Amino acid sequence: MTMAAFIARRLIGNRSSQILGTSSSSSGAFISVSRAFFSSTTPIKATLFPGDGIGPEIAESVKQVFTAADVNMDWDEQFVGTEVDPRTNSFLTWENLESVRKNKVGLKGPMATPIGKGHRSLNLTLRKELNLYANVRPCYSLPGYKTRYDDVDLITIRENTEGEYSGLEHQVVKGVVESLKIITRKASMRVAEYAFLYAKTHGRKKVSAIHKANIMQKTDGLFLQCCDEVAKKYPEIYYEKVVIDNCCMMLVKNPALFDVLVMPNLYGDIISDLCAGLVGGLGLTPSMNIGEDGIALAEAVHGSAPDIAGKNLANPTALLLSGVMMLRHLKLNKQAEQIHSAIINTIAEGKYRTADLGGTSTTTDFTKAICDHL
Amino acid sequence: MSRQSLSLLKNLRSIATGSKIQTRSVTYMPRPGDGKPRPVTLIPGDGVGPLVTNAVEQVMEAMHAPVYFEPFEVHGDMKSLPAGLLESIKKNKVCLKGGLKTPVGGGVSSLNVNLRKELDLFASLVNCFNLPGLASRHENVDIVVIRENTEGEYAGLEHEVVPGVVESLKVITKFCSERIAKYAFEYAYLNNRKKVTAVHKANIMKLADGLFLESCQEVAKKYPSIAYNEIIVDNCCMQLVARPEQFDVMVTPNLYGNLVANTAAGIAGGTGVMPGGNVGAEYAVFEQGASAGNVGKDTTEEQKNANPVALLLSSAMMLRHLQFPSFADRLETAVKRVISEGKCRTEDLGGNSTTQEVVDAVIANLD
Repeated sequence: MTMAAFIARRLIGNRSSQILGTSSSSSGAFISVSRAFFSSTTPIKATLFPGDGIGPEIAESVKQVFTAADVNMDWDEQFVGTEVDPRTNSFLTWENLESVRKNKVGLKGPMATPIGKGHRSLNLTLRKELNLYANVRPCYSLPGYKTRYDDVDLITIRENTEGEYSGLEHQVVKGVVESLKIITRKASMRVAEYAFLYAKTHGRKKVSAIHKANIMQKTDGLFLQCCDEVAKKYPEIYYEKVVIDNCCMMLVKNPALFDVLVMPNLYGDIISDLCAGLVGGLGLTPSMNIGEDGIALAEAVHGSAPDIAGKNLANPTALLLSGVMMLRHLKLNKQAEQIHSAIINTIAEGKYRTADLGGTSTTTDFTKAICDHL
Repeated sequence: MSRQSLSLLKNLRSIATGSKIQTRSVTYMPRPGDGKPRPVTLIPGDGVGPLVTNAVEQVMEAMHAPVYFEPFEVHGDMKSLPAGLLESIKKNKVCLKGGLKTPVGGGVSSLNVNLRKELDLFASLVNCFNLPGLASRHENVDIVVIRENTEGEYAGLEHEVVPGVVESLKVITKFCSERIAKYAFEYAYLNNRKKVTAVHKANIMKLADGLFLESCQEVAKKYPSIAYNEIIVDNCCMQLVARPEQFDVMVTPNLYGNLVANTAAGIAGGTGVMPGGNVGAEYAVFEQGASAGNVGKDTTEEQKNANPVALLLSSAMMLRHLQFPSFADRLETAVKRVISEGKCRTEDLGGNSTTQEVVDAVIANLD
């Protein structure tokens, strides 16, 4: 065994014990309990949005790896419409949304919103219509893939429905524009509760609430107040408040200081991308959106890379790891671990890497290597 | 023998760090009377503020720099700025300041912000760069973050609409966007910088950040020698931690600038060594660049080991602003020598020196 693979295995060992430790949790806030009892012979129905650009290629990679790992999936493939659906005011059709509502789980490739006015962006439509209130992104250093930071292991949890993204803006007089940031108790409590529950069920030790309440005393103050209240219910989890600018500085100096971070919308957007930068970019970081009624939509957050679309060059890692998050959500921990290890080992081994990671492998070669590592 | 090698070392050192001064061929020609000492308003501030402003006072005195200080007792928990302070700054035009503590959620607005508003210090400038000899995760960082300082998310307009629903207004005006864009390009032009990057989130805040971008684009057209590009704030932070060398001067609305400056400071070696200040049409306040409102931990205050480097370098910026260039060079060179020697560093840089030990080392290294 090469050294890198050895280290990789050790790291995974640590991680999997954390994750497997969650399976005994009885809390149903973000797991669809009914699915926990599926045997491997009953196919699991999940929505799949292959998406645009490189989307179909990397979605194909996920399908192959899942099949190789004996995950019995019944993918309900959904394609965005060619015209704006008047019912959703978006290229995403009502049927697209219904599929996720019905299946409760989904996996989504990158989508490019067509340019033009009079319709909502695809991601915004999904977030609003499915009430996807929390965006969860685990960020950890991949063993064997060297960046300037090799000690990252944190989770960012971002409020996804309000704040600076309310879309409420207007011109007061010529040359003066106002933009509204809305913070509500309901949305803040919801995301705070999710963050602490996540920390508890995933064996995490600390939750940091990120804010700028020294300046935005009322809005960010309300967010903090909600976090404070929820924190009291979890005395076993260390809770701290960190001002966003200080958080940026601490993250780039010593990311190991953080564990779980919970944030309002804009800060979450910025910090989650910053953290992705620490470990090698959006091509390597998985993401999952949590909605009300137990909906979970895992997604690759990188772009659709139209320049390399159809050339068999795309790196499917982010979508694969997102798929792993989806499996964990479905309590298929064994398969999730198996696939996760195979991805990590393939990257750590370094023989098969796509161009974005400095290799020369094609998407299909990389996918095959992962299947061989299962 | 040992004495000889010591002098040899000293020579080597002066070649390595002081060459800039020795090769200066054009002498600064002052007007008669320019050597007259200039008054500077001094706000020691809270926490470690007095410690680091005192460091500057000592070094200025050791250099016999043509400045003298008018100190004002200001603390973050005061309801408003004390009488006489604004008058003093308005008279002197220049102020040096330690951090003022901002109480969280106490209904008291930040005095750091008040001061900027009262004096219309619309531009905040932070220079984030690698100091030779100071190890950091990134090399080749030399970024100047120029941040709009008076409006945006810091408008202070907030209210509870109904119980449980709070609104905060972000205000962006053409006037403020234009003047910060002009300042950024003027700075780049005067300091031989090659590129200005505007940081925004106009894909979401289409009108507000859109107006900011539009203003930057208009000003950019007047500077054909300076490259201009735009970047979304989340991508900007990701790029900063991956490839910071791509950035030169950055111009930002208020909040993004706060985050970008702290991120850039972090990758280049920490907020303890990055100089900066706030400037408007009339006045300038110099303070620690990033995290200027930071007053340090209680332990740092007790152990008297706050890092004075950021404020010392800010004072060098101040000396240049006052047109005392060779005093600025001397101060900067001495600080850089102390850092590159590495013997005398405070805790935040991995050393165990006190503030006073760093000050003594800087004074000993003055040419």
